[in-house]
Amino acid sequence: MTQNIIVIGAGMASGRALEHLFDAGADVNVTLFNAEPRGNYNRIMLSPVLAGDKTYEEIVTHDAEWYEANGVTCRFGERVASVDRAAKTVTAENGDVLPYDKLIFGTGSNPFMIPLPGHDLDGVIAYRDLEDTELMMAMGPQNKVVVIGGGLLGLEAAAGMAARGVDVTVVHIMGHLMERQLDEAAGYLLRKALVDKGITVLCQANSKEILGHDGKVRALLLDDGTELPCDLLVMAVGIRPNVALAAEAGLAVGKGIHVDDQMVTSDESILAVGECVEHNGAIFGLVAPLYDQAKVAAQTILGEEAAFVQKELSTKLKVTGCDLFSAGDFADAEGREDIVFRDPGRGVYRRLVIEDNVVVGTVMYGDTADSGWFFGLIRDKTDIAEMRDTVIFGPAYQGGAPVDPLAAVAALPRDAEICGCNGICKGTIVDAIEGGAGDLTAVRAVTKASGSCGTCTGLVEQVLAVTLGDDFVLPGAQPICGCTDMTHEDVRRMIKSQELKSMDAVWQECAWKTRDGCHVCRPALNYYLIADWPLEYLDDPQSRFINERKHANIQKDGTFSVVPRMWGGITTPDELRAIADAADKYDVPTVKVTGGQRIDLLGVKGEDLPSIWADLNDAGMVSGHAYSKGLRTVKTCVGTDHCRFGTQDSTGLGIKLEKALWGSWTPHKLKLGVSGCPRNCAEATCKDIGVVCVDSGFQVGIGGAAGMDVREVERLIDVETEEETIVVIKAMTQLYRENAKYLDRIYKWMNKVGLDWIRERIADPAERDALAARFDLSQTVYQKDPWAEHAQKKAAIYRPVANLTLEAAE
Amino acid sequence: MTDWIDIAALDDIPQRGARVVKTRQGCVAVFRTAADEVFALDNTCPHKQGPLAEGIVHGSAVTCPLHNWVISLETGLVQGNDEGQVATYPARVEGGRILLDTTFLQARTAA
Repeated sequence: MTQNIIVIGAGMASGRALEHLFDAGADVNVTLFNAEPRGNYNRIMLSPVLAGDKTYEEIVTHDAEWYEANGVTCRFGERVASVDRAAKTVTAENGDVLPYDKLIFGTGSNPFMIPLPGHDLDGVIAYRDLEDTELMMAMGPQNKVVVIGGGLLGLEAAAGMAARGVDVTVVHIMGHLMERQLDEAAGYLLRKALVDKGITVLCQANSKEILGHDGKVRALLLDDGTELPCDLLVMAVGIRPNVALAAEAGLAVGKGIHVDDQMVTSDESILAVGECVEHNGAIFGLVAPLYDQAKVAAQTILGEEAAFVQKELSTKLKVTGCDLFSAGDFADAEGREDIVFRDPGRGVYRRLVIEDNVVVGTVMYGDTADSGWFFGLIRDKTDIAEMRDTVIFGPAYQGGAPVDPLAAVAALPRDAEICGCNGICKGTIVDAIEGGAGDLTAVRAVTKASGSCGTCTGLVEQVLAVTLGDDFVLPGAQPICGCTDMTHEDVRRMIKSQELKSMDAVWQECAWKTRDGCHVCRPALNYYLIADWPLEYLDDPQSRFINERKHANIQKDGTFSVVPRMWGGITTPDELRAIADAADKYDVPTVKVTGGQRIDLLGVKGEDLPSIWADLNDAGMVSGHAYSKGLRTVKTCVGTDHCRFGTQDSTGLGIKLEKALWGSWTPHKLKLGVSGCPRNCAEATCKDIGVVCVDSGFQVGIGGAAGMDVREVERLIDVETEEETIVVIKAMTQLYRENAKYLDRIYKWMNKVGLDWIRERIADPAERDALAARFDLSQTVYQKDPWAEHAQKKAAIYRPVANLTLEAAE
Repeated sequence: MTDWIDIAALDDIPQRGARVVKTRQGCVAVFRTAADEVFALDNTCPHKQGPLAEGIVHGSAVTCPLHNWVISLETGLVQGNDEGQVATYPARVEGGRILLDTTFLQARTAA
């Protein structure tokens, strides 16, 4: 029989519990209340959001589709007013009364606000939810912020704002930072690292009063009379389980809502999970035990046997550049001994607390690579008598033989978080693998691990290797797609050696398994054929992604964005007027300057594209190819024209380069930058190809990126003249065009073939000139403005083929 | 009862391509495969309402341009691990002209 389940609170614990229920195919009808006007997201990732490393969208764990697919009735932005346990109903704020078979409390916790005078002023906030995060994100270099609290949360808030250039002061009442997790020495190193980031840290500082002006916070007054001016005051001094509703309903409540090992409260129809819970006297703030509770609660509802067991916990600080780890108990006590390793020069500190030859606690700072192994020693209560003299140096020094690099991953506990974006623990991944997910793609599909930002891909592969043992094959060369067994490289070789000059020839000679390929292989083949046979092959628009087929970027609502070319970032009042006129005429909702110094007209209707292009063409502008796997922009600084530091005419060189390279198709998008001096105002050192002008000439670097990966260029060659620079870059582009796999940026390709190999080709004058000549040949065909061509000859395809609105009205 | 009407020449749509037909209830995408079969479907991906007519047509399927969902032109069913279905309408080619059944088209209100 279908169970009616009501969940109060959409936090990480309740979200995970629902996942377990649905994954088990439970016959349930769920209503989810949340006081915040949104669904479940990964709250521990708010720090990366604050620091700008992630966006809110990236930390959402369950989206509207997920709720819909699982039939969850969402009541977001609504509180529950009361619970009637006798009638087994809850009453919503608006008076709705809903019956339940099982009720789950996931009410989380409230931030604790110190009742200082002035704590209710405008601009005094906690660090708890997205609204708080957004307020902090609104701070900039012109603002001052005071953070009260030098614990995990306070420091993450301070570091996140400092990364945005905000003037931040941390006020901490204790003698050193994070005193619950760190000893004094590690606290000192952490403080030093934070001060290096520009954060002011005041320890042993007692707050006395929050001063305001017109109802808004103005400064924090300490009891020694110091006044710390601030525009925002963040109080991050701790959390208290949110038990108000449970207490009103008459449930047994202590610090938190009392639960037994099955997560059942004093009422057998009501469960509780997460930060609102008290289990055997303990309350919980870290994510791993919350997830364990969620699983147990789901099993309890399903009628399965399960019991929640408290485990050793570890802490890491999510502050870039502060590597810090702490686990277990490291307080001084009778019979405890310390082993300490200190290397102030490297900023490394390690401390093990040992009792009866068993490690009971550890604090590590500066180098935490072995933290998983040490945590394993604590958890498994390993007897370290045999390795006592070397244990502090970590697993690499045990037993003489080099340790398997996988040992660290093997040593991770099941509840160690592998994928931070989606909150996936090692155990979940291992279960998926044991359930048949044999490779990375399958693990991703089943668990979502490494599916978001991808930085944990290596870790997931190691978990695969550890779990599968000999069955694990590191992913080798992958076929292009399901249509063929051949790799990109195989097919490129076939196209060149067998002189295959049409897509049909490739399908025939390479034994394609499908009639006419798919959306993965066709764009790749179309590119390879264009790159290798510019004169003979005829471009196939139907094998291009829509952006390239219609020469504009498709947006989420099906409209397009249009970017005219501005050579080297230079424009004129006339061009700006023409752009403004076009924006008015075609109701462009958003006009934006791009990162590549061009103007983006966003939200153009598909049918209007040919006419807006015709207008822009008339004003002398051509397509900026902002949609293409081809040359996009050459970003420049002002060079010698206006800058007192510029050594060469970087703007002029940028324009020449863009005029030489525009219109060329490449394996992936290609962005260039030219900076007039090493101050690098054009950010040329994170472009695919970057030029830095110096007094003696031009430094050309390749392989930069600032997207999914952020990378600095590596120096390819130094040349003396502009002419040489242009030839080198044409040759470099052609080498990339002829050899790289479709959708590999230069840096990825460079990692495969090696910078030395590229340098040898470019340094050899004969080879360089031959490459540049082949590039020029291709440009005779492909350097043309697609807008002019489409606006004049192909405008019809942008319109509906028929209009039945009139017929249907009859 | 059917009511076939002529909407365009077959050659108005490129092979492995699509064009839209405007109707009172929104756009219908008419696809032409490499084998010159034609199919008519709602121009809306069940995932995030991507315009299917802008997708890459391969075999008798189309890939949505927004997030690469693959949809069968014959059944409207989403392929692979994703789930969903797009409404399909009778369409055929006769003497180089594309014909659609307008009774079906008119019935496609948000019933």
